[in-house]
Formats: sequence, structure tokens, C-alpha cells
Amino acid sequence: MIRLTIDKKTIEVEPGTTILKAARKAGVEIPTLCHFELCDMGIENKPGGCRICVVEVEGRRNLAPSCITEVQEGMVINTHNIRVLNARTTVLKLIISDHPFDCLVCAKSGDCELQELARQFGIRTVPYGGEQSHYRKDTSPSIIRDVDKCIMCRRCEMMCNEVQTVGALSAVNRGFMSVVAPAFEMNLEDSPCTYCGQCVSVCPTGALTEVDHTNEIIRALSDPKKTVVVQTAPAVRAALGEEFGLEPGTLVTGRMVSALRELGFDHVFDTDFSADLTIMEEGTELLQRLRGHLAGDPNVRLPILTSCCPGWVNFFEHNFPDLLDVPSTAKSPQQMFGAIAKSWFADRIGVERKDLVVVSIMPCLAKKYECQRDEFSVDGNPDVDFSISTRELAAFIKQANIDFLNLPEGDFDDPLGESSGAGVIFGNTGGVIEAACRTAYELHTGKRLEKVEFEALRGMEGIRSATVDFDGLPLRIGIAHGLGNARKLLDEVREGRSQYHAIEIMACPGGCIGGGGQPFHHGNSEILARRAAAIYSEDERKTIRKSHENPSIIRLYREFLGEPGSHKAHSLLHTEYFPKNNEVTINMQS
Amino acid sequence: MEHLNGSDGVEVVVNLPKEKVEQINAICNSFDNDPQELINVLHETQHLFGYLPAEVQDVIAHNLHVPVAHVYGVVTFYSYFTMIPRGEHPISVCTGTACYVRGAEKVLEEFKKELHIKVGETTPDGRFSINCLRCVGACGLAPVVLVGEKVYGRVSPDGVKAILAEYNK
Repeated sequence: MIRLTIDKKTIEVEPGTTILKAARKAGVEIPTLCHFELCDMGIENKPGGCRICVVEVEGRRNLAPSCITEVQEGMVINTHNIRVLNARTTVLKLIISDHPFDCLVCAKSGDCELQELARQFGIRTVPYGGEQSHYRKDTSPSIIRDVDKCIMCRRCEMMCNEVQTVGALSAVNRGFMSVVAPAFEMNLEDSPCTYCGQCVSVCPTGALTEVDHTNEIIRALSDPKKTVVVQTAPAVRAALGEEFGLEPGTLVTGRMVSALRELGFDHVFDTDFSADLTIMEEGTELLQRLRGHLAGDPNVRLPILTSCCPGWVNFFEHNFPDLLDVPSTAKSPQQMFGAIAKSWFADRIGVERKDLVVVSIMPCLAKKYECQRDEFSVDGNPDVDFSISTRELAAFIKQANIDFLNLPEGDFDDPLGESSGAGVIFGNTGGVIEAACRTAYELHTGKRLEKVEFEALRGMEGIRSATVDFDGLPLRIGIAHGLGNARKLLDEVREGRSQYHAIEIMACPGGCIGGGGQPFHHGNSEILARRAAAIYSEDERKTIRKSHENPSIIRLYREFLGEPGSHKAHSLLHTEYFPKNNEVTINMQS
Repeated sequence: MEHLNGSDGVEVVVNLPKEKVEQINAICNSFDNDPQELINVLHETQHLFGYLPAEVQDVIAHNLHVPVAHVYGVVTFYSYFTMIPRGEHPISVCTGTACYVRGAEKVLEEFKKELHIKVGETTPDGRFSINCLRCVGACGLAPVVLVGEKVYGRVSPDGVKAILAEYNK
């Protein structure tokens, strides 16, 4: 152990600890900017670049960046004397001198870490004039890059390369010209970006934000000719409350439903319903492939991969175009919902497809891209018209003067609002495969599942594996969250050494609860753990815990679809995948 | 147009003739396709082609299994690497300390004026390009100018026309 003194407090820490972490242990919170950490997931960004976290180490000539300086025996550290405070203020002013002053109209205002530091340090003037960076704005279907606001903390680069292994973003150019950008400064849309949005969730400023679709929805809601329905993803209810000051992990399902009704949606439905539908289709596909495999059919591909996560779908289309027949062909719950809403439901209420607007509330930014994909529209009319994030919904509720905290608990409308606990747990890593097991077990064995919780499939480890006993048949299951982890399992599949029958993959760390459209967690992994616990508690509260027991699902098949995997189910609820070649077509003169 | 089928199974299409792709592959192979050797690979490739266009970077990224964004990041970080084809006679003006105090800036201005291009650019006819470099180790001859591999010492702004004339015969 190493003994040192921080702000007159003597503490002991393990060798190799940084001053920043030692200080935290001593109850001293040193401000940081470029440093970022999700400690439970082993994610850390510490380029030591911004110099906000400098401290004075007695006997050292220069101030030390605490996020990258390791403790030494007998160190005496001051974290807030005048020399340190002056240095931090100067650094802040220098950073701000090359940052737009448009906080009033910035999408990140209120959640910006640079703005918060400027407030904390009482910055009132910026004496440094001179040049400012000007880059073009890059708008993709999901994400906006406004790199005039980039402070080169490189958190996005770390997320994109180390955690997600997507490799869309890199620091380019040098000195004052340096910026984080895709190769050849091409548009994000032309890069291998998957729109997972993890860069957005860690960006400290407004350099990376989501494309906001709230105004289109307001316009649809105010059009008397339109019937507007909304679906809410499972992970939204476990995080929306944070935007209204509630403790992380507070479930706000009922209040969210009431708020959506007050906003003017004609029908408030639940993506959990179509998550149940996904299980019917994907679970059936799993059993078909499994039975084919057991019967020795050489044409059957195993493992089957889940396909509900659009970031993940983009990732394998870019990086594993040779394995497009491995994932389940089942559409994601968002798209299944849209397909059913604009067919079965539209017919039931006698509304024409063109007059029905389907809105989704998602914890995700890739969902914005997904609903714009060509294959998810009929004659140019998309199955899902607009997708907005949890953050956008919170802002919308605030704009509409709704007293969210004091709303009564509302109930989802029938029939697309009824769901089982299996649909709810889609929001957590491991949830989709657990939901699939609940249904596939009963369909395969014909027996009733005594305990619906598959504890072995739960947890926060990046890659997990478990064997589930299907009445004598050991079903080997793999789970990965975070695309870097997914890549490892996919490499095994490609090399033919994958041991699994089924693999669940979620692009974001933690699954949808940690999605790129969720309230900002600012690196606090405790928040993710509490959201996950909230999702499981919602499941426990449900009387129906298995997708195939959802009465509305049973009715949908009876009245409309026939059997899971039927011709009609296939045409409405299944899709295909397209290879995305990473072709370089750059005109050097441009 | 060449289709590359890497060991990772991902097909990449690049707009380069097969022969050039094979030359790049040979360079990458000579460094065992080791991503740690990226800078050396870029060095040799630039030596071969004179510059590093996007298509070339894509082939290198593919061979070394690194994102092309990363390759581009390295190419744009080091001033030695260029994505613009250099002129037939690349002019390098030393702006190191010794040359600078002996008037390199004025010499540089004269080249820019004579050729109507900026630093880092190439004349439309492709004959000349101008770059700056920092010290060639001939400070006794300051200010120093290189045209190709030929060194000119004690260059004055008045001498610029004569140097260019040598190559305009």
C-alpha cells in the first residue's frame, strides 16, 4: 500500500492508483473534462489532454494531471490551492476561446460538461481572442456532428474504436486543425458508423447530438386528418424519470402513458407488445433451426443471432457481410409494431395507411435510421414515421407544461398495449434471450416452466455464456453487449468454432437501458445498474410473464397472422439484410 | 477497380489498378501486415507513389486490419505524409531556426509568387510543388532549399528565378 496526503487527509491506496482515484477515495472530487469512466464495464478514457484535473504535488515543479499521474509514497497533494485554481481557470478559458458561445440554442445546453465547469469556475470573460475553428455540420439520419463544439477529449474516439470496434471516428489533422472525424472527413453516413449513439452518450459538449424529430411529431399531432399512435420501448420507462429529477431506477410507466395521452396521441401503445411478437417469431425460428440441426440437416445455420438491435444489424452488415444468413430474420420490435399498426390495427379502426402516423419512443439513436430504411416502407410510406429518444420525449413533455411528477398512473390502450414480463426485459442485456427461453422451453418441451427467471442469463459482464436445460437438451447460449464484445463472438462464428446454439447481441453497454438516446449518465455506471433492476422489477409485477401467453398476441395470430412463421407473418414481420461494402469513393479534388 | 478479399471475409472495392494494389500488398507483407508498422508502411508507400490518396490508404487499412479512419488520422498528423501528388520537382524550403533567421521566409514568398501556389500545393501542370521542412542539417549554408534531392545553399529571393529556370529548360 502507498501512503499519501491529499488536502491534508492521509490515505492508503494500492500502487498504480491515479491521484484522481486516490482523491475520490479520500472524499475529494477533482473536476475532470476529458477523463471518462464506466468502471463496472472496464471502460476508461484518459488521454490526459485537457489539463482541467491538474493538482499540485509538493516538490514537483509542474502541476500534475491527476487522471494519469500515479501515486507515490509520501506524496503531498493540494487539489485546490490558488496555483491550481488559476491554472484550471486559464485552461478553461483557453478551451472556451475556441468554442462557440451559442449555449442558448445548443442541443446540449443543461447537460454540457464544459458549460457546467464554466458555471462552477465562475467564468465571466474570455480574454483570449483570435481564430476559431469552423467546420461544416454533418447530419446523418441519426446523429449530428457539429465539431466546432469539439474539445478533443476523444471520448467518442475511445467509444467508437476501443469499446465498439466500429472504427468510424479518429482524431485527424494536427494542432489547431485537429478534430475527430471519419476517414477523409467524409460524412458519418458514408462511414462504417452503426448509429449506436455511444459517441453521443459520452460527448461532454454539443459536438455530437441526435437528430431531433419532435417538431414533425407536433405537426402530425396538430393535423386533424391524422390518427397518431405511439409505442414506447421497454428501457424508456426505466430512465425517463431521471429527466424529471427522480432517482435513477424509478419506474415511470404509468406517468409516461398519461403524459403521452396529454400530449395528444390518439392511442398509447407499447413496444413491449411487439417484443412479445418478436419472441413468437424469433423463438419459432430458433426452434425450427434447432430441430433441423438435431435432425442433422447440413443446411441449417447455428447459432441463431438476435436481430432486434438496429445498431447491431448495421454493425454486421458492415463488418460481417459474409454472415448475413446467421441472424434471425425477425424484424425488430419497433418495426414489427409499425407493420402491425399500419395493417391489422389500421383496418380495425378504419383508418387508411396514409392517415395513420406511427411514432416510437426509443432509448436508441439507431432506431431513427432503422425506421427510415427502404425495406420498412410501403409505397414510400414508412411503417414507423418518426422515432424520438427518451431525452427528446422528456423535453417534449416539459414544453407542453405537463406536471410529469404529479400525473396519475395511466394504462396502455388495447390491443397493441398489452404485454408480458418477457417483453419488458428486452431492455436489459440478456433479456431478449431470456424471453425467448421462456417461450421456446414451453413450446419445445410441452411442459410448464416452473421458474421463469433465468438468473444465469443476467448480469453486466460484457460476454456471458450459459447452458439452459431444455428438458434434457442442453441449449448453449451466448450473450454480448457492446459491439467490441459482439465482434469476438462473431469472429468465433466466422471461424466455425462457435459453441453456441443462440446468441443475443445488444450494441450498447448494458443493453437498451444504456442506449445512445437515454438520459446522460455522465459515466455513473450505478445508474445503469439501477435501470436494469427497475426493468426486472417491472417484469416481476406482471401477471403474464411469457410472450405466448399474452392474450393480445394470441388474438393477433388467431384473427390475422395465423401461425408464427406463417406466410403472412413472414411478409409482415421478417426482413432481410444487405451487405454494406466499405467502398472508398472519394473525389480527391473535392 | 479491384476487389480485395481479406482473411476477415469483408470485401472492399477500391478504385485502383490491380498492379498498384499488388505493390501496396507487397509493402504491407514486408512488414508482416503488422498494425504497429503503419508509419513505416506509409513511408514506403509514399516513396513508391509520391503521395497517399484515399484509395491507397484503404488498401493499407484493409491489409493491416485497422480502421481507415485511423490510417487517415496518422496521414494527416505527420506533415511528411501528403494526399496531394507532389510536383515533378518538389521544392522544399527549410524554415528551421538558422534558415529562418537568414531569410527563408522571404525565399519562400518568392517561390510562392513565382509559381502562384501556396505551401502544400502543386502547380496545375504538375511540374512544381512547394513544401516547408525543418532543418536538413546544413545550417552553415542557410537558408537552404531542396529541389528534388539537389541542395541549394545561401539562397536569396533574387536567386529563386535562376533556380526555377534550371528546371524550365
